[in-house]
Amino acid sequence: MKATAIHDRYAAGSAIDPSLRHRRREHVLMLLLMSPAVLVVFALLLVPLSWLIVQSVYADGAFSLEHYQRIFTEGIYWNTFYLTFRISVIVTLLALLMGYPIAYAASILPKRWAMLILALVILPFWTSVLVRAYAWLILLQRSGVVNQTLMASGITDEPLALMHNELGTIIATVHILLPFMVLPLYATMQKIPQDLVQAGSSLGGSPLHVFMRVFFPLSLSGVMAGMTLVFVLCLGFYITPELVGGGRTVMASMLVSRNIQLYSDWGAASAVSVVLLICVLIIFYVVSRLVPLEKILGAK
Amino acid sequence: MTKLSLGRFVFIGYVVLVLLFLILPVLIVLPMSFSDSRFLSFPPSSFSFRWYEAFFGSPGWMAAARTSLIVAFATALIATPIGVAAAYAINCSTHRLMRYLKIVLLLPLIVPIIIVATGVFFIYALSGMLYTIPGLIMADVMLALPYVITAVTAGLHGFDQTQEMVARSLGMNRFRSFMTVTLPQIMPSVVTGAIFAFIQALDETMVALFISGGQNQTLTVRMFTALRDEIDPTIAAISTLLTATSFALVMLMVMARQRSPA
Repeated sequence: MKATAIHDRYAAGSAIDPSLRHRRREHVLMLLLMSPAVLVVFALLLVPLSWLIVQSVYADGAFSLEHYQRIFTEGIYWNTFYLTFRISVIVTLLALLMGYPIAYAASILPKRWAMLILALVILPFWTSVLVRAYAWLILLQRSGVVNQTLMASGITDEPLALMHNELGTIIATVHILLPFMVLPLYATMQKIPQDLVQAGSSLGGSPLHVFMRVFFPLSLSGVMAGMTLVFVLCLGFYITPELVGGGRTVMASMLVSRNIQLYSDWGAASAVSVVLLICVLIIFYVVSRLVPLEKILGAK
Repeated sequence: MTKLSLGRFVFIGYVVLVLLFLILPVLIVLPMSFSDSRFLSFPPSSFSFRWYEAFFGSPGWMAAARTSLIVAFATALIATPIGVAAAYAINCSTHRLMRYLKIVLLLPLIVPIIIVATGVFFIYALSGMLYTIPGLIMADVMLALPYVITAVTAGLHGFDQTQEMVARSLGMNRFRSFMTVTLPQIMPSVVTGAIFAFIQALDETMVALFISGGQNQTLTVRMFTALRDEIDPTIAAISTLLTATSFALVMLMVMARQRSPA
């Protein structure tokens, strides 16, 4: 039946079936509406990305894997990628440890308190990264507030080196990325029906038991979304390590920018970019099988 | 309610500490900007407006602020209609191709910003758009599109499409029915999208580090360079102004949401 219907449509030409023609016109219209946005992303992102990929396998006018070979054999590159991943793992775990309780509190407290908590999360979220990096430079410097407090309370006798190193980078990065953890977590937790938790406790479960067996498993998709977002953003972080890390904690993104701005070495910069991009795409691909992509990016 | 057990007490204390960690660094810039001292000290010894005067009195900082404001306004003006059109198409169409195009439009959020910056730098170097205002605007439009599209798609989800159908069946053409029936109802999310676009363009630093310079240096790029070389307290004044701007715009957005018809 269906096959003959389609056959008839084609046989009779497009003039006959008005619904088909209408649908086609609709598609064309929608694509036209979409085209300015797609064109911008195409010209400024997809074209240069393809060029970067080509550039990364090119050396002295011929195909070559030289740039990739360098990444995997030269100590500087290897160490940088190792450091980038290590910092990203630490930042993600810290953000989860700090973000989960906040999101949980916002999801169970009365609306007024929840609004206050969310406001305190969103205000830093909308503050420029530069402003926050500046604030951490003030707080973490040798004679800064943190060192003064530590010395006044007798925890340490002399000021600690809290910035221009990995520790400073991690502290400031956690601060900047924490909202990206809290917002997807809260969005998920808010949808967990309170009845389920109440049912759990009315059946005799202790609060901790109910939390672990009922609430926590239901919040896992938010945990995945938040962790992915924080981890991926951290992998490509530049401004904070450059300023708070004092340029001494070299992360992958800094390798890209230095190769271009200092050495004009596009081959090396492209290869590092491609490796970084592949890591990010693999992570998004794997996670998007478990949690829809829109859900991960929706919070951003 | 429930009794205040030790566990609950510890939990609340922990949440308060984390919230302080989040908010204090943002607030600390405020007293710093009114300090009289050249050195970074907290709390500041005496009160003054000298860093605000330094900012508003400096032709260099003023030129950078002007560039940033022009770019941010233009970005919001361009990214909003383009984004609304794309969001409308995404919402109406069920075509398979649309699903892929939707992911393409989310790419500026997925690809690490350093790679976006490198790519844009390359394209602009080829086309002579480096260090120009139109170049900055186009790059910011691309980065703002996902925000506008996400905001407007959410607005369209809450809108009953059949209303537009009714207007069209009564003889309005598609564009007019969109403008008079749909747009007013999704206005709060369009305003949200426009404000997202504005703030993102105002705060954008990474791409601008590569493609802005000379006469057209943005405020953030100048701040970045100043922070890297030496810490000048003028930045505290600028930071306070930037944060106040973002805060005011977010409040505007919340108000636009609340005024929307239920």
